[in-house]
Amino acid sequence: MNPSGTNAFRMTRRKALKLGAAATALPLVHIRTGRAAGKLSVGFWDHWVPAGNDIMKKQVTAFAAKNQLEVQSDFITAVGQKNLLTIAAEAQAKTGHDIEAFPTWEIHNHADLLEPIDDVMQRLTGQYGAVNEVCDYLAKIKGHWLGVPTSSGTQYKGPCARISVLKDKAGLDVVEMYPAKPGHTKESDNWTWDTHLTAAEACAKAGMPFAIGLGQTSDSVDTAGALFAAYGAELVDKDGNVTIKSDKVRQVLEYAAKLVKVLPKDAVSYDDASNNRALISGQSALIWNPPSAWAVAKRDAPQVAADCWTFPGCAGPVGRFTPYLPFFWGVWSFSQNKTAAKELIEYLMQRDNVQARCAEVAGYDVPPFDSMLDFKVWEEVEPPKGTVYNYPIRPFHNAKPHIAASPAPPDIAVQIYNRGTMPTMMAKLQSGQTVDQVIAWASDELEGFTR
Amino acid sequence: MADGTSVPIGVISPTGAVARPRSSMKKLAQRKSTTAFLLCLPLIVLVAGFVVYPAFYAIYLSMLNKKMTAFVGLGNFAFLLKRHTFQLVIFQSCLFAITAVVFKALLGFILAHLMHNLAGKNQRIWRGLLLVPWVIPLALSTLTWWWMFDPSYSAFNWILNRLGFASVPWLGVGWIARFCTITVNIWFGTPFFMIMYLAALKSVPEQLYEAAAIDGAGTVQKLFFVTLPMMRNIIAITVLFSLIVTFADFDIVRILTSGGPQDMTHVFATYAFQVGIQSGDIPLGAADSLFMFPILAFAAFFVLRGVTRRTKEIAA
Repeated sequence: MNPSGTNAFRMTRRKALKLGAAATALPLVHIRTGRAAGKLSVGFWDHWVPAGNDIMKKQVTAFAAKNQLEVQSDFITAVGQKNLLTIAAEAQAKTGHDIEAFPTWEIHNHADLLEPIDDVMQRLTGQYGAVNEVCDYLAKIKGHWLGVPTSSGTQYKGPCARISVLKDKAGLDVVEMYPAKPGHTKESDNWTWDTHLTAAEACAKAGMPFAIGLGQTSDSVDTAGALFAAYGAELVDKDGNVTIKSDKVRQVLEYAAKLVKVLPKDAVSYDDASNNRALISGQSALIWNPPSAWAVAKRDAPQVAADCWTFPGCAGPVGRFTPYLPFFWGVWSFSQNKTAAKELIEYLMQRDNVQARCAEVAGYDVPPFDSMLDFKVWEEVEPPKGTVYNYPIRPFHNAKPHIAASPAPPDIAVQIYNRGTMPTMMAKLQSGQTVDQVIAWASDELEGFTR
Repeated sequence: MADGTSVPIGVISPTGAVARPRSSMKKLAQRKSTTAFLLCLPLIVLVAGFVVYPAFYAIYLSMLNKKMTAFVGLGNFAFLLKRHTFQLVIFQSCLFAITAVVFKALLGFILAHLMHNLAGKNQRIWRGLLLVPWVIPLALSTLTWWWMFDPSYSAFNWILNRLGFASVPWLGVGWIARFCTITVNIWFGTPFFMIMYLAALKSVPEQLYEAAAIDGAGTVQKLFFVTLPMMRNIIAITVLFSLIVTFADFDIVRILTSGGPQDMTHVFATYAFQVGIQSGDIPLGAADSLFMFPILAFAAFFVLRGVTRRTKEIAA
């Protein structure tokens, strides 16, 4: 009580107004607490090498600690295409992770729901150089990047061959053709689709066929895609016109008709594991695959692994193409923490982090920037030493990364890809159909895709 | 009353005017129908949330364009019908479902009769053994089948090779792959038919057979004039139920062939997955998955109406 007998803390209207104004302004003041930067959830691709997930978690934890952020990392498997189901569900519900790992076509499938990420790409390309044209095709839409090409899960699918078998049965020295050191070789110029056919015939005759699938899964599609691209055989052009009735398509099918004769009889029922098993079990001289088959062989059949060599795809009349399947990290437009999401992506794509992850998975993950191809991992991995040196495309390979069905507009290409149109065309040739019948069938299919 | 709730006779009038009036909530809670409704409510909520809502949402999706930005009515259905591949899918789904259900019903019927005629303990053992395919999770058992059909390590081919025969591309040739997918479905579904038919057989009164025997009926006549008429309802319901489930099958085809070779084993569900989820055309996938809905609903209506009619006849 004050001498006048009135209460010193008497609430007046003026005081109440001041207090109210202060309380309203309080949230505007940035108070940095342990959880001030908020929460972030990420749906990563579940790496088939367990250590791949561990190193990712470690890097995310370091970022979270530095930025006082709470990050939840979920590793979503591609087995049974659970990752596609998750993406589809989150797109429908418009809720879920902030960052998602988008496989090949998924950026285009969900372009309307993705946050442009040009600022991050601008900084990354400024630091490390441009990404390849496949990344451009798959993630740059109407001039805006909607996903950042990542190394995690990104792979090439060139040939992985048995050194001794190709040397003995087909007279091809693949190590001499693509040695584990920089520089172009004269022998590599001879690595064409015609050489591929001759070698496939010789190896099939020796009971060691090239295990190339003619099914509808991605390994089959990617190999067929590289073949069609090498002949310049576009089913649908970049403007969306069906261009299947061309001389180039006819030419590639005439070639394919010879190739399918020496492929395994059950090639049409191959999935993405069948070719791996054929190589690992010692029944095949060559497959088109990332080094995952070699890695499993290293564990289950070391003598096979020690005889494997990975190198770029074959050259055709138009060029040399190696199947390339990139993954992207994208931020949903409904994300509650877009700034932090972008910062995390940028952090994870820093050279040191990419290199650490790449080393942990024995070089399986390929960075999208050419400037990162000097990582030592591809030289060091063994047995045999240098087996995956030529796994990522290098400038002296004179090869281009390729995604099957490009350059068709991606909304059409995704259907050509997922319906396995190209390997199915080859499968039809194997079942005895003529080139004309195959073109007629595919033409009908393509018209449906261009609706 | 010993519990102290007794009141002197006459204090409460027959109309209960003197006693405290019961609240309407209490009355509502005491009604049998209310209790029944409340007990069923969790199930109703589940069915509404997981069946009714997704079904209507799927119908809504099937009427949108690819970008899901415009209403196209039945345009997706019309488009699908014109596609050669989808015509193949319709044919295969019908072939798959009808062949599998016919064989499951036949084998189930035969097995049920064999079980029925086995003595007590033996019957229990055999019944348990024959139920195994139905008890194992379908995805797991189909994976086992897939290993047996596998291109590189087929157990069947190993046996064939040992016997001097050439390997068979089980999943690599259209008609053989169709045969394999249907076979696995029959293997999985027959125990369900067997157990349903066995239950029906056990409920046929023995007196009917005795009366038929007195009238001079043989085994075949007993089957056609006693057993089958008495089992008609259960056969109808089992076949209907199995037909719906088999038409909607996904696991077997997805695991064994993914619809290949050359689309020759695709059924509605696997094709819908490929078009809707893998190729990003969700409305077209929804239209595909809903394609059989009107036909099956129509069939269900008539089968169930027949069952109700026969039940009333028996009751009368």
